[in-house]
Amino acid sequence: MSAPDPESQPIADFKSRLDLFRLLCQAAAALAVLTLGWILYEIIYGAWPSINKFGWNFLTTAAWVPNREKFGVLPFIIGTVASSGIAILLAFPLGISIAIFLNENFLARPVRQTVRFVVEMLASIPSVVYGLWGIFVVIPLVKGFGDWATVHLSGVPIFSGPAYGNSLLTASIVLAIMILPTITAISRNSLAAVPHTLREGAYALGATRWEAILGVIVPSAAPGLVAATILALGRAMGETMAVAMLIGNSSRLSWSVLSPSGTLAGLLANQFGEATGMQVNSLMYAALILVLITLLVNLAGEAILRYTQRKTAGIH
Amino acid sequence: MPTLAEHASQSTPAAVHESGRADFISVRDFNFFYGKKQALFDINMDIPEKQVTAFIGPSGCGKSTLLRNFNRMNELIEGVHHSGEIQLVGKSIFDRNVEVIALRRTIGMVFQKSNPFPKSIYENVVYALRISGQTKKSLLDDCVERSLRGAALWDEVKDRLHESALGLSGGQMQRLCIARAIANRPKVLLMDEPCSALDPIATVKVEELIRELKQEFTIIIVTHNMQQATRCSDRTAFFYLGKLVEYDNTHKIFSNPSEKKTEDYITGRFG
Ligand SMILES: Nc1ncnc2c1ncn2[C@@H]1O[C@H](COP(=O)(O)OP(=O)(O)OP(=O)(O)O)[C@@H](O)[C@H]1O
Ligand SMILES: [Mg+2]
Repeated sequence: MSAPDPESQPIADFKSRLDLFRLLCQAAAALAVLTLGWILYEIIYGAWPSINKFGWNFLTTAAWVPNREKFGVLPFIIGTVASSGIAILLAFPLGISIAIFLNENFLARPVRQTVRFVVEMLASIPSVVYGLWGIFVVIPLVKGFGDWATVHLSGVPIFSGPAYGNSLLTASIVLAIMILPTITAISRNSLAAVPHTLREGAYALGATRWEAILGVIVPSAAPGLVAATILALGRAMGETMAVAMLIGNSSRLSWSVLSPSGTLAGLLANQFGEATGMQVNSLMYAALILVLITLLVNLAGEAILRYTQRKTAGIH
Repeated sequence: MPTLAEHASQSTPAAVHESGRADFISVRDFNFFYGKKQALFDINMDIPEKQVTAFIGPSGCGKSTLLRNFNRMNELIEGVHHSGEIQLVGKSIFDRNVEVIALRRTIGMVFQKSNPFPKSIYENVVYALRISGQTKKSLLDDCVERSLRGAALWDEVKDRLHESALGLSGGQMQRLCIARAIANRPKVLLMDEPCSALDPIATVKVEELIRELKQEFTIIIVTHNMQQATRCSDRTAFFYLGKLVEYDNTHKIFSNPSEKKTEDYITGRFG
């Protein structure tokens, strides 16, 4: 600029401050990436002997016998996927329903706010407390149900065999409660993000309230609801303490939800303290797989969230 | 109980003239309140059948409020109440045994911002039929073609009926919303500033459409555009601060208004 500009000084100041701020942000971002890289490196380094020795077989064999150096995490992968899958099946309908009730004015505002507060409180209870609650409350309930089911529903594969309290079902129920706040909060946000004009459009065409909710509002929020589910799934897969306390930590494969099972996170928590040699390497390998699975789930969730944002931006 | 639509077609009122009944919708001593705030004062007017009636007036004068009372959309807002009467073909729309669902099927609405559902073009059009339980494909297909032709959109979208409605242009979306509103053959079409988000070419199309649609529907349109009111309405109502100041033939209002306020407004001296 040729002409003297009285405002150029403050602008320059502002710019240099902006540059500093940008630098700080970049450093923080770099730190996050570096940390992730470092963790991955350490895990892969620690797992390397086991990766070398077992390769892909590690993923496809069902054996965990440390003293004979037989390691395969198939049951734990299945247990991880099954426990979080069942938890989602239980928590999804409940979470979406709560979200709908919180978002629509079916209930008086104080009631809505109380429900919302309580559900959000669930997120702040420590995992180990959920574990204890599971031991004292859920295990007896599941055992009772299991004893009944093995008699009356013995034909159904998922209820076959003897019933245990420490079981896949117990862990899944507690997990469902733990991920409920995630599902509810994200679902409610995406329901609230549905433009008001769409709702009015449905009502103006003679839709009843439920027709508007189920036919227009929920479908419009669908990508967000899917994202909520996937993020909750990621959380359920990584959950350690409560699951380790409740699932029974068995490496036996079974069809029954009433049998003990195990998850990758639970396996690590239970065995790392006393592991030596190849067992340590194999636990590292298991950790790597857990990280990869949850990473995958989170990436998928992120992609779907972005898709939602693009889609709602197009509605108006 | 006959629906309002049946009621409308059965009635043979005294005041029938060429294009239909002069008091197709009649508003009597109507007051409307948002909580304590009164938005409409003592409105009295008769809206004629199969003509276009324009509501004009400065922002906040209550045009939308009155419009949204005709299909009882304001009931969705908490804390509102009214006094007085609105009748459709001589029958109160607030009557206990009028179902609001049926009323809204008789009185369609097009909004300022086009609001297509995130569904296909086809599903948008048949929405009203779907929720009234219609599943017969041939009937739905017919409805889609008839409504889209009615909204002058058919030729532009006939090859992509099953694509998302969100891929349409702004003007096309608004015409889709018109198609959706007329799909169930309502008697009345309420339009709240339907062109305010459209470019001039899309606006011309919608205005042409409005002139055509009045063969079949009674149309009430809210507009801030004086030219639009003169171009496509038969009657014009001027509102100011919640009151109906003047209501007459459009030609009369714009050439020789009786009220000073009206004249000030249409000549752009305020508003
Ligand atoms: N939901 C609401 N709650 C409370 N007051 C409202 C509400 N909607 C409108 N009002 C008030 O009622 C009055 C009339 O509003 P209305 O929307 O009918 O005006 P309008 O003539 O349509 O204006 P515009 O031309 O800007 O659309 C205004 O004073 C407005 O502030
Ligand atoms: Mg308005």
